[in-house]
Amino acid sequence: MSLLDTPVHDLGQRRRSLAQHLHLDPPLLLGLLLLSGISLFVLYSASGQNIDLVWRQVVRLGVGFTVMFALAQLNPAPLKRWAPWIFAIGVGLLVAVLVAGEIGKGAQRWLDLGVFRFQPSEVMKLAMPMMVAWYLSDHPLPPSAKRLAVAGLIILVPTLLIAKQPDLGTALLVASAGLFVLLFAGIPWRLVTGFAALAAAGAPVLWYFMHDYQRQRVLTFLNPEQDPLGAGYHIIQSKIAIGSGGLYGKGWLNGTQSQLNFLPERSTDFIFAAYAEEFGLLGILVLLAIYLFIIMRGLLIAVQAQDTFTRLLAGSLVMTFFIYIFVNIGMVTGLLPVVGLPLPLVSYGGTSMVTLMAAFGILMSIHTHRKLLPR
Amino acid sequence: MSEQGKKSSYRGRRLLVLGVLALAAGGLAARAVDLQVLDKDFLQGQGDARFLRVVEEPAHRGMITDRFGEPLAISTPVDSVWANPQVLILERDSWTRLARALGIKRAELERLLVARQHKEFVYLKRRVNPDMARRVTALEIPGVALAPEYRRFYPAGEVTAHVVGFTDVDDAGQEGMELALDQRLRGVPGAKRVIKDRLGRIVESVERVREPQPGEDIALSIDRRLQYLAYRELKAAVRRNRADAGSAVILDVHTGEVLAMVNQPAYNPNNRGRLKRSHLRNRAVTDVFEPGSTIKPFTVAAALESGRFNAHTPVDTRPGTLRVGRKTIRDFRNYGLIDVSTVIQKSSNVGASKLALALAPEQLWQAYASVGLGESTGSGFPGESGGLLTDFGGWRDIQRATVSYGYGMSVTTLQLARAYAALASDGRPLPVSFTRRSAEQAAELASLYQPVLSESSLRAVRRMMERVVAQGGTGTRAAVPGYRIAGKTGTVKKSGAGGYVEDSYIAVFAGIAPASDPRLVMVVMIDEPRGEQYYGGAVAAPVFGKVMAGALRLLDIPPDDLQTMPGQRLALLHGAPAGGAH
Repeated sequence: MSLLDTPVHDLGQRRRSLAQHLHLDPPLLLGLLLLSGISLFVLYSASGQNIDLVWRQVVRLGVGFTVMFALAQLNPAPLKRWAPWIFAIGVGLLVAVLVAGEIGKGAQRWLDLGVFRFQPSEVMKLAMPMMVAWYLSDHPLPPSAKRLAVAGLIILVPTLLIAKQPDLGTALLVASAGLFVLLFAGIPWRLVTGFAALAAAGAPVLWYFMHDYQRQRVLTFLNPEQDPLGAGYHIIQSKIAIGSGGLYGKGWLNGTQSQLNFLPERSTDFIFAAYAEEFGLLGILVLLAIYLFIIMRGLLIAVQAQDTFTRLLAGSLVMTFFIYIFVNIGMVTGLLPVVGLPLPLVSYGGTSMVTLMAAFGILMSIHTHRKLLPR
Repeated sequence: MSEQGKKSSYRGRRLLVLGVLALAAGGLAARAVDLQVLDKDFLQGQGDARFLRVVEEPAHRGMITDRFGEPLAISTPVDSVWANPQVLILERDSWTRLARALGIKRAELERLLVARQHKEFVYLKRRVNPDMARRVTALEIPGVALAPEYRRFYPAGEVTAHVVGFTDVDDAGQEGMELALDQRLRGVPGAKRVIKDRLGRIVESVERVREPQPGEDIALSIDRRLQYLAYRELKAAVRRNRADAGSAVILDVHTGEVLAMVNQPAYNPNNRGRLKRSHLRNRAVTDVFEPGSTIKPFTVAAALESGRFNAHTPVDTRPGTLRVGRKTIRDFRNYGLIDVSTVIQKSSNVGASKLALALAPEQLWQAYASVGLGESTGSGFPGESGGLLTDFGGWRDIQRATVSYGYGMSVTTLQLARAYAALASDGRPLPVSFTRRSAEQAAELASLYQPVLSESSLRAVRRMMERVVAQGGTGTRAAVPGYRIAGKTGTVKKSGAGGYVEDSYIAVFAGIAPASDPRLVMVVMIDEPRGEQYYGGAVAAPVFGKVMAGALRLLDIPPDDLQTMPGQRLALLHGAPAGGAH
């Protein structure tokens, strides 16, 4: 469709066409730009006015938006064809990481490709929902018991590989991405409740498999004051930062917890605390509103998707985004144990942001490549 | 499953997702409200408590100067390195670097931290130099910070050590005038509210809660020039005579001010690392000894005051011994029939005893007590000893005789100097002062005392004492060319456990200058000289002579004895020569 073909009397139609032409979704784009803006502001303050760090984040955002734009141009159809291959490569890379990966901060998560270091688990965040959606979409839904079992296996293998690194946060995200596809594909209710019950019952078993540092995190979560200068330090400082923000916050650059270095990881995983301290409850509500807006828009895209594969994929990607937010804010506010997940699109950091932007690119692609039927 | 069931299942799923979303968003918002509204005050207080601290600002300790404002003790700001053990104990990796920067052993650092691991404060090193302070800060180790403090310096070092004293590591006076004047020197520490970051470094001063009030600068009465002179000569004499110890005091006759006070052995107050406790004593004030013959001028003054004696009253000292009860009093040799004046000049024990026995015990006692013997000098110096003068009521004949030549009583060097100052003026013992005092203040203090010895008696005694320094006297080596000196030697047998010790003496010289119009009094005491000579006239008098010569010149006191003025004698006798050769 070209601009010339557009009827001149329908201006609304033409604007939509421009966005459509670039395969962008304006509401989603607006939400993402707002988040990026907030991110840069908070980073400047949380990093102790380190403008270099802000510029590096700008560059990363640029890369992220470029990836998003590029993926938005891609028709979802080939995405579906490539899904099993991408998944297979992803699993292969995960195995490679365990065998020959780089060790950093006590975990084996990176593959050194010479030019840059790379986390295969990031690929899996996208490959997992694509694979499960591909596997289930060509057959009648709800899926048969046998297919569910295979899908379960598809979810289990990469999750365990990632958990082994160990990277509990990403494993959680990857697993939930697959499970959300199952949920949207319509698994029976009794299975949903069954899974929930199993998860609850499995917690003590999980404890047995946990690393010491992971167990410590759970214990710390249950009682942070037990060791206020050691393990409980993060969460106590974070709660103090958030709480002392009050209704309207202390103002930009005025957060004492973050500016004076009391708040650890204040430009990465704990950036929400720095934000809350300086912008208060009002700021939190604004941020949550933006996140909710993006999620609702994403769910609408899922609902309006025209085939099963894209619908399942879109739904899963949006819900994974939600899990990201919930786990990070839950951790920073002391509702959940400390799991190393960044606050999406706000925390300083590259890899996970590029993956997220790729997911939004896929969402936009799904929405803008629909075959619109004349009404 | 029917089409209908499938549809409702999808709607159910959609509702479930939306429900979970709503629940999650609501949960996070509720948590935010919980923290930011309900727990706000508590958490805000916690936040403030983490960085807002009230810290004490040390007050600058006042300077101690000599009477002309030359510094004797000054405080300079320095940094001390401290740590919060609870934080630093976690930084095990940094210990080696920190220990190296502080110049201590890692094991020592570890011991410090482990001993105080539940405390929040420990000094790692006090008063470091600026370079070390900078290196420690550069390490940026959590829990390590600097605290401003003051360090005390004593520019005159050991010369004024005993008088000035010193402060401890917390800047509190420990000895000497630092201790005596501590309240005035100390000042009031200020307090300020500051913002500290996680490493405990002060980021910003928020407000001064209380301005620190610096301590008072105090001028001592000490004249640093005389002090140096006295110190040099005393030290040389103690060394030359291989003595155990020594003291010297110079007093201003008119004001009672201490112009110089030195002791041997001394110490360096700036470096008290290896220091014997005994070196700390300001012996001139704390140590008592029997004054011996130096007390005789007061015995003679009491005799003159009785009206029954004058300078020329004959005293029969033959045969050089006197039996009192079962004891025998001996002179150095038989002086024969002499007058009262010669009793002083030759220092006859027999003569002094005969005078004393001729007086009522009370008369003698009053003469001694009226010049401040047996009581504190009122200097307020920490640890001052009052000496001993027993009440005359219990005196038997032998005691009346022995006190007359200075045994059976005890004095400090300062006390003896004060008594000589009374002898040099109008008989009133001014309380001694280590700080500056004006002539008016001195006059006011003097009016509180009732003199017992009349000025005419004292003048007569001083004239007799001039003969001590003149040809034929015992203290000729105390003479100062150009000045009339009145003095008295003393050679005292030291008493030990169970009686007097053979070949163990204290050599003393006490003198007044210039004798015609007394301005200065000086007492020199040398403890246990082990050289060939041990007489006061041989060991202590030369110190007096050398120091007093310098002191009189430095204080610009006009000569009163042109007869002995070196190099000018001829000119004065014959008028100014017109360049003619002799």
